Amino acid sequence: MHEILIISGKGGTGKTSLAAAFAHLSQNAILCDLDVDAPDLHLILQPADSERIPFVSGFEARVRPQACNRCGVCGEMCRFQAIRSDDEGLASVDPIRCEGCGVCVHFCPEQAIDFTPRECGWWRIADTRFGALVHAQLHPGEENSGKLVALLRTEAKKLATAKGARLILSDGPPGIGCPVISAVSGTDLAVLVTEPTPSGFHDLGRVVELCAHFRVPAAVIINKWDLNKKVSGDIQAYCADNGLPVLAELPHDTDFVHAMVQGLAITEFAESEAARQVRRAWEMVVQQAAARRAA
Amino acid sequence: MKVAIASGKGGTGKTMVTASLSATWESPVVAVDLDVEEPNLHLFLKPEWTGRQDALIEVPRVDEEKCDYCRKCADLCQFKAISVLSTVVMVFPEMCHGCGGCMAVCPKGAITAGTRTLGEITWGHSGDNAFLMGRLRVGEAMSPPLIREVQAQLARSDLFNPAADVLMDAPPGVSCPAVNAVIDSDVIVLVTEPTPFGVFDLRLAHQAFLPLNKPMGVVVNRAGLGNDEVYGFCRGAGLPILAEIPYDRAIAEAYADGDIVARRNPQWREMFGQLARAIQALGAMTREARHA
Repeated sequence: MHEILIISGKGGTGKTSLAAAFAHLSQNAILCDLDVDAPDLHLILQPADSERIPFVSGFEARVRPQACNRCGVCGEMCRFQAIRSDDEGLASVDPIRCEGCGVCVHFCPEQAIDFTPRECGWWRIADTRFGALVHAQLHPGEENSGKLVALLRTEAKKLATAKGARLILSDGPPGIGCPVISAVSGTDLAVLVTEPTPSGFHDLGRVVELCAHFRVPAAVIINKWDLNKKVSGDIQAYCADNGLPVLAELPHDTDFVHAMVQGLAITEFAESEAARQVRRAWEMVVQQAAARRAA
Repeated sequence: MKVAIASGKGGTGKTMVTASLSATWESPVVAVDLDVEEPNLHLFLKPEWTGRQDALIEVPRVDEEKCDYCRKCADLCQFKAISVLSTVVMVFPEMCHGCGGCMAVCPKGAITAGTRTLGEITWGHSGDNAFLMGRLRVGEAMSPPLIREVQAQLARSDLFNPAADVLMDAPPGVSCPAVNAVIDSDVIVLVTEPTPFGVFDLRLAHQAFLPLNKPMGVVVNRAGLGNDEVYGFCRGAGLPILAEIPYDRAIAEAYADGDIVARRNPQWREMFGQLARAIQALGAMTREARHA
């Protein structure tokens, strides 16, 4: 079994549009949306209904007002400014700022603070026209995205084993922080989608460093390459210097948006030049994954 | 006034809007990059740097001479950052959230404060505007504490004029990093695009930020591309549309050149000038409504 992850550093470079097309072109793959914070892959894949399983992780502190003696210890000890007290000193916890560390709970002399499991979101497995999708939604504003990503990867692997699938294809989150680290570590191939803008190039450098840090093989796709051919050339040179294969240069084409509006992958939408190039990019990804497996 | 420029979906144009607003705001601003995982604002504002410091988080350091392996620290820690196996104490600093619980609970005073480097904070100026940003160390998982450190730095009156308006470029998404970036703002500007992805993530961002009870407005970027769903959503949610930036390949090219879009031509300058005034009006209206 092989895991291919699509990430980018910078958001909006085209991760999900490509993931949807690759999902269309892949065979016998388990599909996975690891951007649990702002997941969009399902908007194209349009999964059938299935049961949503609550994702419970960490704890949330809550003061029982009748038990609070207004001593203020919780507010003094909280490092996250999550304790509010009213004019009489009655404490309450701001759930938005609370990290769930439990310090207030432990040190409250009246044991007036409850500590209950926190439901942070949901996840599920659902059928799509391209195969099974493992996806989730973190409740807006919640924490523990890294743990939810780890859970999805475990469930995708179980499902792949059960179904005899050889590939897990995952759409990743932007950035380089907690959920990205959780998505990258131990994956077989990271496909880095960049664009020829100062931010696209800059952020590519940071995800390349991240992949090196976790010893994950990486390859690059330059999307919207014709937006600035000079910067695309600079990215090519950077990749050559760093031993990173460039698998494709894809055009800046509004068909990606037109396809999205209709809930289609670009490879389903039209037999355009852009679609043809995306097909070729997928072949290159498959070859790269095979080469990495052999190595 | 502190303005947070956020989005939900990445790549909708937060940084482009923040850079252009800082170039058209009526008075000098402090431009702050809170997208510490992938800070990009400096690539467009090209500041002259005047200072930097490491951003640190307090993590436990155990003196095994004093430790009697009572395990109180490990029992308290919710993040598995410290564990005791018979007569060995193990600290996993990268798991630590810096709550200080272990140090407070240790009956032997065996745990003191060490540090982990989250990243760095740098500052300087770009023309008349002050500039401040955080940059997460590659491999570090936790961006929220760094985002809070950058905001704390903003309070240094020796570096930043306390009377200046603040424009903060927030990270994408709607979970803890994004919430931490907008929590101290007075106005939240949500930059979206009229596509299914843009609208879905705008809805999430609206849901995430609504409990903060702050005025919010929307900038529709790449207007004309995609569909009309975003307008119906904004109407239903009572979100004012502060500006529509038309879909124009020339804007994408200006950005790709590393330019501040508002500086490219008078027409775009006027568009961002109007947006700046709409944001100021939204802030002022809310202030008056709260005082009334």
